[in-house]
Amino acid sequence: MTLTLVGQAVLSGILFGGVYSLMAVGLTLIFGVMRVVNFAHGDMMVWGMYLAWLLATRLGVDPVLGVAVCAAALFLLGVAVQRGLVDRLGDAPHEMQILLLLGVALVLENSALAAFGPDPQRVRSPLAEATWWLGPLFVDVGRLVAFGVAVALTGALWLFLRRTDLGRTMRATADNPYAARVVGADVRRVYATAFGIGAACVGAAGALVSPVLPFAPGSGLAASVTSFNIVIIGGMGSLPGALAGGLLVSVAESLGAVFLAPSMKELVSFALLIGILLFRPAGLFGRRP
Amino acid sequence: MTGGGDGAAATAAARTPIRGAGRWLGLAAALAGLALLPAVLSSYAVTVCILIFLYAYLGQAWNILGGYGGQLSAGHAAFVGVGGYTTTLLAVHWGLSPWGGMFVGGALAAVLGAIIGGLAFRFGLRGFYFVLLTVAFAEVCRIVVLNTDALGGALGLYITFTGDPWQLQFRDNRGYYYVALGLAAGATGVAALVERGRLGAYLVAVREDEQAAEALGVDTFRVKLAAIVLSAFLTGLGGAFYASYLFSLQPNAIFGIPLSVDIIIRPVVGGAGTVMGPLLGAVLLAPLAEAARTYFAQGGRAGLHLVVYGLLLIAVVLFLPRGAYPHLRAWRRSRGGR
Amino acid sequence: MSAAGAVLLEAVDVRKRFGGVQALAGVTLAVAAREIVGLIGPNGAGKTTLFHVLSGFAAPDGGEVRLEGRPTTGLPPHEICRRGLARTFQIVRPFRGLSVLENVRVAALVRVSRAAVATRRAREILARVELADRAEQPAAALTLGDRKRLELARALATEPRLLLLDEVMAGLTPVETDRMVALVRRIHADGVAILLIEHVMRAVMALSHRVLVLSQGQVIAEGPPAAIAGDPRVIAAYLGEAYVPEAPEPGPC
Repeated sequence: MTLTLVGQAVLSGILFGGVYSLMAVGLTLIFGVMRVVNFAHGDMMVWGMYLAWLLATRLGVDPVLGVAVCAAALFLLGVAVQRGLVDRLGDAPHEMQILLLLGVALVLENSALAAFGPDPQRVRSPLAEATWWLGPLFVDVGRLVAFGVAVALTGALWLFLRRTDLGRTMRATADNPYAARVVGADVRRVYATAFGIGAACVGAAGALVSPVLPFAPGSGLAASVTSFNIVIIGGMGSLPGALAGGLLVSVAESLGAVFLAPSMKELVSFALLIGILLFRPAGLFGRRP
Repeated sequence: MTGGGDGAAATAAARTPIRGAGRWLGLAAALAGLALLPAVLSSYAVTVCILIFLYAYLGQAWNILGGYGGQLSAGHAAFVGVGGYTTTLLAVHWGLSPWGGMFVGGALAAVLGAIIGGLAFRFGLRGFYFVLLTVAFAEVCRIVVLNTDALGGALGLYITFTGDPWQLQFRDNRGYYYVALGLAAGATGVAALVERGRLGAYLVAVREDEQAAEALGVDTFRVKLAAIVLSAFLTGLGGAFYASYLFSLQPNAIFGIPLSVDIIIRPVVGGAGTVMGPLLGAVLLAPLAEAARTYFAQGGRAGLHLVVYGLLLIAVVLFLPRGAYPHLRAWRRSRGGR
Repeated sequence: MSAAGAVLLEAVDVRKRFGGVQALAGVTLAVAAREIVGLIGPNGAGKTTLFHVLSGFAAPDGGEVRLEGRPTTGLPPHEICRRGLARTFQIVRPFRGLSVLENVRVAALVRVSRAAVATRRAREILARVELADRAEQPAAALTLGDRKRLELARALATEPRLLLLDEVMAGLTPVETDRMVALVRRIHADGVAILLIEHVMRAVMALSHRVLVLSQGQVIAEGPPAAIAGDPRVIAAYLGEAYVPEAPEPGPC
């Protein structure tokens, strides 16, 4: 019986891992291209969730379809934050960047709090509430769909980076911004796009998660911590690292939930972050910042 | 945060004793004025002042690590919590007066600071890694306390009001006023001593360029550790006052991120790495903080003041990166020629 | 070598590897208390790496470093500085947010704990390096030549017995170079031994009692400046075998 539980946890973990990977991919992209740590990452996700919720409750749009809208909206937010704020920092010391994005995080989280209240919400979605049976294990269709869409989006991003001009320019800029400028890359545009895409990723992740888990404005911090955990394990700036890390952390968390009380879940997340920060590997695949 | 603080002013003051004496007189006058102020203020105004002094104090304590040291801690609430809970538990279970208990609380907070700093600096964490670590530690403390019934759990701890000064309780607001004023003045004195002395010079050097500092004989690990331990100790003391003044300890409030934000925003706005910065910041932010306390706290407007704090942080970073005080000082210098 | 004084610094068979590159392949050298020793060699020879090892910024993979007879291998930079070895950096690193005086004061604090005394010492040092008139200026506002002197002043303020200068002439005009050479001579005359990495040959030749040539992580030649200039191994290292005047016999490396 425990084996089934464990198997179930692993399966759920893998399925949810797609979303985690998507979140982490967004964060790692922003860091990889611009060396900016997006402290507001989790809070952007929260807005993705609430946007999906608004679409579902006010317009009856299923969140899976709403993913596109959420991604687009968060893309614009990301571009605005980069162009309007981060860009103005120029060569300022890192502490300024940290404080700036902390400020953005505060604004995002608490405006959600003021707008929607502190109580958890969830989106009712027929698609999300179905379950299929796979032998002794059940598959949460919501999670399965989330997994599928997340993988598709990540794949699309991969293609974008490999095959399109802008994507290649982005990778070049990530590698060496000075040289990229020298060969004529519009670095500001690259930065804005990267931030936008990073925000879009996490906005899409939020939309995908909204029917699966209850969320509240306070979820922002947890989402940020999870994203940081994944990205630091996988290597800051490494896309494959974010993917692998997302699955790893999701399965670990899922197993943890089987054996630990729910209140401990948050604790484990933070304790994990402390451990990862102290013993951080150079990344499974990536480079050190 | 790139300013050299009042270092240049310190060396200038050392060379002009008359001007130096003038500054001491000015300081004495200011303190005397503040001491006499409650006589003419309403009880409400006294409350506002108490909070200004409290946050000026906490901000000054943070300033030593975050301003001079340049190590941004977003988890200082953990030290407030440790100080507050320790003091309260000692008073409730062992009848130890908070006047003594606060030092135990401060010491325990210092131990936590040593742990965080020891780990962080040993493993070379700085910048955003350090911020994350401090947030993580504060949240771990919060969750642990929240889930430990022996520490009051989610309900927290309540102190019965006796109005006994030995319990750091006063029937008259003004008692708290003077304690808070003493704390704020004391912390400011400590900050001034740090700034003018070797620790301050070393902290700033480490902030500017750690390797260059190492090459000049600075034990950067010990310097940073000293800063976090001192900062944590002072903050823990403040936690004792916080507990005594508010009468209730809620883990989410006293260990939570909003309090950490409250602590750092005053020095950042006022001028991190300067002695006057946290004081100026506390005064500047008082109206907003008051509005938050009285209007925003209830109803659906909870958290609005944090939105404003966030906007303020953004504005300061973009337009006044060194905070209000250095810009004020530069403006005065360009006008009056110091 | 008694005219040069007692041996101050010894490096014995120092090795350092970075990934696939053997940066130092067994370097042995000594600097005596009254010497100025020049360290030259083509780019990539390992000179700055050697400085990192000597000053504690890198731990060697093999070999030993001794300062006044006591091993310093593996000690942190600040401890080595306290023991009397100071260094400058190839790319100068002033504390940009501080004034010139404050920069030097930080360094002086390693010897005196009272800030006021440190400030006084800092002023004296600034006077010695002819930066006194810039004392209150922000370090970021200095010209390159002045920044180099500030870097030197800071190192001096730690009261070293031995000073490691890493390309302190680089980027200076000929006039500035001459001033710097004079300054280095004065510092040496005050009793500080000096080991300097330099590419500006006239400075090396003018200052050094002895010159060491490093190439590919090893000392390939050692001797008085004049002898080094004509040494076929040195010419081969810098310019290639084709430029050596006589047909060379197969050398040791």
